Amino acid sequence: MTLNLSSRRFAATLALALSLASIPALSMRPERHQDGASSASRTDTTARPSTTERSGEAKFRQNCSRCHQAPQGFSPKISGTILRHMRVRAPLSAQDERGILRFLNP
Amino acid sequence: MFGYPEPRRGLRCLATAALTSLFLSAVLPIAAQDVPLISGGAGFVTSTNAGNTTYIPVISPLLAAPLGEHFLVESRATILDSYFPKGRGQSGYTSSSFVGLSYLQLDYLANPHLTVVAGEFLTPFGTYNERLSPIWISNFESAPLIFSLGTMSTASSVGGMLRGSAFSNENVSLDYAAYFSAASTNEQFNSQRAAGGRGSLYFPKARVELGGSYGRLLQATHQNFSGIHLWWEPADALVKFRSEYAHGAHSQGYWMESEFHLAGASSGNALRRAVQPVVRWQQTFRSSPDPNDGLPGVDTKRVDLGLDFLLPHEVRINSSYSRQLSSAQNSNIWQTGIVYRFLFPTWRGK
Repeated sequence: MTLNLSSRRFAATLALALSLASIPALSMRPERHQDGASSASRTDTTARPSTTERSGEAKFRQNCSRCHQAPQGFSPKISGTILRHMRVRAPLSAQDERGILRFLNP
Repeated sequence: MFGYPEPRRGLRCLATAALTSLFLSAVLPIAAQDVPLISGGAGFVTSTNAGNTTYIPVISPLLAAPLGEHFLVESRATILDSYFPKGRGQSGYTSSSFVGLSYLQLDYLANPHLTVVAGEFLTPFGTYNERLSPIWISNFESAPLIFSLGTMSTASSVGGMLRGSAFSNENVSLDYAAYFSAASTNEQFNSQRAAGGRGSLYFPKARVELGGSYGRLLQATHQNFSGIHLWWEPADALVKFRSEYAHGAHSQGYWMESEFHLAGASSGNALRRAVQPVVRWQQTFRSSPDPNDGLPGVDTKRVDLGLDFLLPHEVRINSSYSRQLSSAQNSNIWQTGIVYRFLFPTWRGK
């Protein structure tokens, strides 16, 4: 593979281009996907929770949000798997795991 | 992290693990919300150091497959190509491929306070390796300079680990991890004979975490590694602070990272929510020569200034400029990366 480019200038140009390219995307609303396999819609982690979910939401913000952004949406079929994965990795207490699972699957 | 093994063996290993765990998931009874998942990130990274640019298309898939009520199989791999200048006066670029498993582990959730892990797992030392190294999470494209201290250079261990939340209430939680690793020279399961662990206290109301790590290398010349970490991420502030210090037999160092949010999550301003400036300050100190510990050969300072964009549809763009200062060489490092994060169930489920 042969590339004849001014490396530093290319990297700076690429960064500028990516920045500019992101501006139109920022004006887009994230889609709320429908899961074709079932009637259940995907879990939307940006939705406002009800009062009963507040505790789970607090657990979510106290634990998950410390390291990463919440996924913008995912199938409720994998919410248990995500929580089991994070219980090992985080590590979450069993109580926090249940609270967050209720928040994700109200 | 794993040298440069022959790609086919890595792919074969990953495929075998994925198929086996998916098969077992299918035949064992699981809850409706426990369908195995595929997640990970796919991206394109550029890094320009001292005028030489490297281009890296990368994909990092993650598999998590519950087996019954108490078991979980987890694996993460990295597959990438690096295109870099030939050097030595030659024009043009050459490339190399890399396929490696970051971990392939079986977790047994024994009780609310204990999980038993067997297989290849990320070495629990400090916070970066386990929490911040995935390409869809990290704020910078490069790991901290002290990353190899305590993670025994390979960052992965092959053996067993006990971990969990020892105690937790609304005011404080205490978590722990203790491991033993055997020496392995297998291309995909490369590790050193070592033992160690980590303990952390987390105060959820103040959003403060303080922890300590210890590791002992048990092969060749035995060495001790120790470290502490402090995270402070206040709920109402638009800044997160993370830091680590690590000490080895021949060197030591620290990093401090601040992540700024221009608006809260509930803000209606999408642009301000999406733009995230980040700053990381690092310093390493060399007390005696050691070509294998992974740190610079001389005392080094480095500042990383980044501007990240968290876009809709699970896309993030990282861009950064770093200035590295040492008696050996001062250098400017420019890095950019665009990463798409994917997350989906492996089948429709019941």
